Amino acid sequence: MSSANLTTEAPWVRRVLIAVALAFVTLFLLVPLVAVFWEALAKGWELYLAALVEPEAWSAIKLTLLTAAIAVPLNVVFGVAAAWAIARFEFRGKSLFTTLIDLPFSVSPVVAGLMYMLMFGANGWLGPWLAEHDIKLMFAVPGIVLATVFVTFPFVARELIPLMQAQGQDEEQAAMVLGASGWQTFWKVTIPNIKWGLLYGVILTNARAMGEFGAVSVVSGHIRGETNTIPLHVEILYNEYNFVGAFACASILALLALVTLLVKTLIEWRIARQREGAKERTLEARLAPASTH
Amino acid sequence: MTIDIRNIRKSFGDFVALDNVNLTIASGELLALLGPSGCGKTTLLRIIAGLERPDAGQVLFSGQDATHTHVSERQVGFVFQHYALFRHMTVFDNVAFGLSVKSRKERPGKEEIRERVMKLLKLVQLDWLADAYPSQLSGGQRQRIALARSLAVEPKVLLLDEPFGALDAKVRKDLRRWLRDLHDEIHITSVFVTHDQEEALEVSDRVVVMDHGHIEQVGRPDDIYESPATPFVTQFLGDVNLFHGRVDGGSLTIGDYAHSLGQQHAGKTDDAVAYVRPHDLDVSRVADGALAAGTVEHIHAVGPVVRIELAQIGSGETIEAALSKERYRELGLMLGDTVYVTPKKVAVFLKEEAQDYVI
Repeated sequence: MSSANLTTEAPWVRRVLIAVALAFVTLFLLVPLVAVFWEALAKGWELYLAALVEPEAWSAIKLTLLTAAIAVPLNVVFGVAAAWAIARFEFRGKSLFTTLIDLPFSVSPVVAGLMYMLMFGANGWLGPWLAEHDIKLMFAVPGIVLATVFVTFPFVARELIPLMQAQGQDEEQAAMVLGASGWQTFWKVTIPNIKWGLLYGVILTNARAMGEFGAVSVVSGHIRGETNTIPLHVEILYNEYNFVGAFACASILALLALVTLLVKTLIEWRIARQREGAKERTLEARLAPASTH
Repeated sequence: MTIDIRNIRKSFGDFVALDNVNLTIASGELLALLGPSGCGKTTLLRIIAGLERPDAGQVLFSGQDATHTHVSERQVGFVFQHYALFRHMTVFDNVAFGLSVKSRKERPGKEEIRERVMKLLKLVQLDWLADAYPSQLSGGQRQRIALARSLAVEPKVLLLDEPFGALDAKVRKDLRRWLRDLHDEIHITSVFVTHDQEEALEVSDRVVVMDHGHIEQVGRPDDIYESPATPFVTQFLGDVNLFHGRVDGGSLTIGDYAHSLGQQHAGKTDDAVAYVRPHDLDVSRVADGALAAGTVEHIHAVGPVVRIELAQIGSGETIEAALSKERYRELGLMLGDTVYVTPKKVAVFLKEEAQDYVI
């Protein structure tokens, strides 16, 4: 008891800190979340469902899913490749490369969108050339995908770099010495070792890809039923005072957030349990030899 | 299989890890690469394995140039310092890995793989752990599984990087003996890296002592221990007392004392350093043939050997002598006694030779 008191705060300090934290979480996170569902269901289930299957909303949902379906696999490949390069090789400009990976995090998404407008827009650098060849990037689906890929680029790489650096390359070298080809080593050794980190990165990428507003808003052009993603559609409906519609669509994103959190917690729990289990089983194995030998 | 290492050079940036190393490893021998950290021993091992590419020079396997053979085609077994077991695979799958990644033509059938893996697990006495994961094993068990895994592909050479480095003292001793026995059983050309001289001397057929990217000496353990070729080897192989003096006319003069060297360095005159191991140093009450005089400062009489620490008269440097219990009783040594030390065996290196090593 006495030693515990020496290293921890007094009980009232703890209680006050916990109360402040809880109040904050309730006020700023929990209440708004509940409010979204509350507003969405304010006029009953039927209107809620009708708001979702309404053609423009449905088109926004499909576009959002399509964007995520393209952006996530692309960034898995980019992310694994980038993490591999950074964790495994020494090369000139490595630290610059590492910093550049974080660029999408440090740049405002609106700026990201504007960059693409500057490059590919009608008055942009490549605009005339694209127009000549009848390629439409801005105010069209490819632009939305481009912007989404940009803002979600760091997630997978950021998850994998520290993981791969910590694991080192001993296991991969061991596989090579045993005669495995580069491809076999990658699939049988590298991927299984990073799978949880990779999955974590995928989930974060997916959540952001579906929820991105700023960058997509700039390049989308807000063409209803064509280039609106869910977040953009929510804004339009809200501005038109269609609260049930806005909150119904918003509730999909909120649900997605909840699922993301749930899966993320599951993965973390799984990783923690693996570590715990490993510790316990190590102990058992150390105790066992005497009896079986 | 014999391994020839010819004029190998390797640097990492400005750091020269290997500077023109030449070495021949005989078929079936167990060779130790011994040296302090940074001496290039691990780099040499990794170059033999193909995990590192030399800047210059050749590696020959049975006379065939293997310098540019890819690591996956060299047919070597490599045991990593931290084992590098595949953490997501069971012990069985770890050992089976090398067989299961073979091309369809060469790959043995499932049953045969199973048989071979179990045979290897029996060889390392861990067949009861086939379904365990690496994280469940102790360090010594992991080490043995790593060894079994590397043997599964029937390598022509076995390379071990600090095989016992990460284990505690007791396990290390057991495993050492076990590796020696295993080598006697399967007779595969084996090279292991260590910074522990005791380990190198006890386990290997031959020892290669390295320092600063050079090979200092190659020889059988007792040769190396009994007649070290350089001051570095002398110091690295165990505790040693240093006496700075002068060689002149066949005798070594240290301060007021002179010790006859016989044929060693006959006709040479130079400053010199004499190296004497504690157990080669006799303590005596008479000054005949002594190297120095000293005052007894500490006596450690635990165990079969009595360790005496003396403060050299004049320089005040500590001299360590190891005496047998009988000799100690015979002398009746007490703290504060002034006695003389006489070498039973001394290695003398002239200043010229020693220069490189005095740092």
